[in-house]
Amino acid sequence: MFYRETGQFKTSYGADQQIFPIRQDRIGIVLLLAVAFVGVPALGSEYFFSAILIPFLIFSLAALGLNILTGYAGQLSLGSAAFMAVGAYAAYNFQVRVEGMPVLVSFVLAGLTAAGVGILFGLPSLRIKGFYLAVATLAAQFFIVWCLTKFPYLSNDSSSGVISVPGVSILGFDFDTPRSKYLLVLTLVTLLALAAKNMVRSTTGRAWMAVRDMDVAAEVIGIRLMHTKLLAFAVSSFYCGVAGALYAFCYLGSVEPDGFSLDMSFRILFMIIVGGVGSILGSFLGAAFILLLPIFLDIVLPALSELLHLPFDGATVSHIQLMVFGALIMFFLVVEPHGLARLWQIAKEKLRLWPFPH
Amino acid sequence: MAFFFEVLIGGLLSGIMYSLVALGFVLIFKASGVFNFAQGAMVYFAALAVVGFIDKGVPLWASVILAFIVMTLFGIATEKFVLRKMVNQPPIALFMATIGLAFFVEGLAPLLFGNDVRPLDIGLVDEPIPAILDSLNIVVSRFDLTAAGLAALLVIVLALFFQYTRVGRALRAVADDHQAALSIGIPLQHIWALVWAVAGFVALVAGMLWGARNGVQFALTFTALKALPVLILGGFTSVPGAIVGGLIIGASEKLAEIYIPPLMQSVFSGNFGGIEGWFPYVMALLFLLVRPEGLFGEKHIDRV
Repeated sequence: MFYRETGQFKTSYGADQQIFPIRQDRIGIVLLLAVAFVGVPALGSEYFFSAILIPFLIFSLAALGLNILTGYAGQLSLGSAAFMAVGAYAAYNFQVRVEGMPVLVSFVLAGLTAAGVGILFGLPSLRIKGFYLAVATLAAQFFIVWCLTKFPYLSNDSSSGVISVPGVSILGFDFDTPRSKYLLVLTLVTLLALAAKNMVRSTTGRAWMAVRDMDVAAEVIGIRLMHTKLLAFAVSSFYCGVAGALYAFCYLGSVEPDGFSLDMSFRILFMIIVGGVGSILGSFLGAAFILLLPIFLDIVLPALSELLHLPFDGATVSHIQLMVFGALIMFFLVVEPHGLARLWQIAKEKLRLWPFPH
Repeated sequence: MAFFFEVLIGGLLSGIMYSLVALGFVLIFKASGVFNFAQGAMVYFAALAVVGFIDKGVPLWASVILAFIVMTLFGIATEKFVLRKMVNQPPIALFMATIGLAFFVEGLAPLLFGNDVRPLDIGLVDEPIPAILDSLNIVVSRFDLTAAGLAALLVIVLALFFQYTRVGRALRAVADDHQAALSIGIPLQHIWALVWAVAGFVALVAGMLWGARNGVQFALTFTALKALPVLILGGFTSVPGAIVGGLIIGASEKLAEIYIPPLMQSVFSGNFGGIEGWFPYVMALLFLLVRPEGLFGEKHIDRV
């Protein structure tokens, strides 16, 4: 009844090509942004910002980066956490070593550094495909983390590579409360998500999808494989790099190389599987799901053990968490391979007919 | 020079241990085209099952049999509840499902059999063989040599099984072409359950050897990470490739660990130990640039 595009005529190319062609979508997204920028900061508590919203936004950004590479360009990567590490350490180094470097510029430079490293590790993708490539990206994961631990220069000579980032301050305004950090992260994530949404429906995005669906065919119709694949690696690593910089500067404040482990890479991969491979919205849904699930289980399992009079200790809870994680991944892949984003799409289809289906 | 050979032999023998894990990957990949990331978790599961049964007072030989039954049941369950439902999905989706499976097993195994680190005594001791030590002055561990022998035996048995039995032929047929195999009446689902059981058996052998060496603990799951470079070096579809790849990775990793860090130290100054985490990967990666299908892998021809 409410969600229907009947009567919305497009009379110009501009109107036909806008990001959200349906008016209700546009209203929805404006409302969502209004809530995120105005409503949430007015109501949320400190804990809510620093423990849930900020990591959610940062991991959404990382998942978005991986989704560009895996979901759109079809190159499976198991090293996203390492690219986040590159971003975090690059931003730190630009901040510490260059006098008076604006924070935002160092974030962008961090992203570009990560993009450079991404291109370097993306080079094998020109020769190697599929699983061989997935295993090859593990080389990036292990090598980068090792480098950050072993080369004291990269962490400004701190012991075992732990860095403590300086405070974030833009144009004299200090982002020192969780609320202000949340707003900063939200702004950056919104901008980058919009950019990604635009990118995937442009020539670049279509080339990525063609390569994903069949790279030989794509090459035959004149898509430059090398250019397209490396661009996907670069853009994806840029997003992961910025996410890593935000992770260090706006979330943890102090990070170590081992924090960016293979486990984290898998977690980001799970986000896009659960959320939806090849979907911008899916990256956000997946990040929310994977981050909230442990919190939810932490609350539910002890209550459940009380209820059933079963002795659950800490180790058991963490094992059950692992099992639920694994089972959910398999469940999603079996039941809904396109993830939560697809469920949302189905809901919208239903909504268009509601309350009078054929 | 004796030191060099000692490192080399130690590396080759530990490479065999990697090959054992890689073998499980190859079996499943050959038969079903699934890249089974959960193989490392299965190694952990199998070893944990053995010590779990021993803890309950079952003798060693019976626990091994019981563990094998557990692994077979696990293989059948995996086929029934996960793989069968994912037929016709892209290989990448199947791969990601096995990552989920790995997490599931890593949670399930300690729930069933306890998660504390336990030793596993299979009657082998890790000591140098006196004869070789006396005559050539090289330390060769009796344990490693026995493990290598076991691995060789396993490979021969598997090769014979694949080459000369009815089931083995069916397995090769399925590996070649699912559809063609189905059309001549090979029961695909039984074959898949079977191959998971065989992979479970290989995981059991690997788990017992690794567990006897380092104790049965969660770190056993990381054997999968050791096996991956072996796989890409040897090719995903080749049993001999897994062995040769293991030998190359094992030897080069140990030699690199000895000789590269001092070299880097003299250039950059600092401590550069622990390169065995990434060295095999980078080496396999460089190798792939020359031969994208690995040493013995099937050459892939793209058709539009």
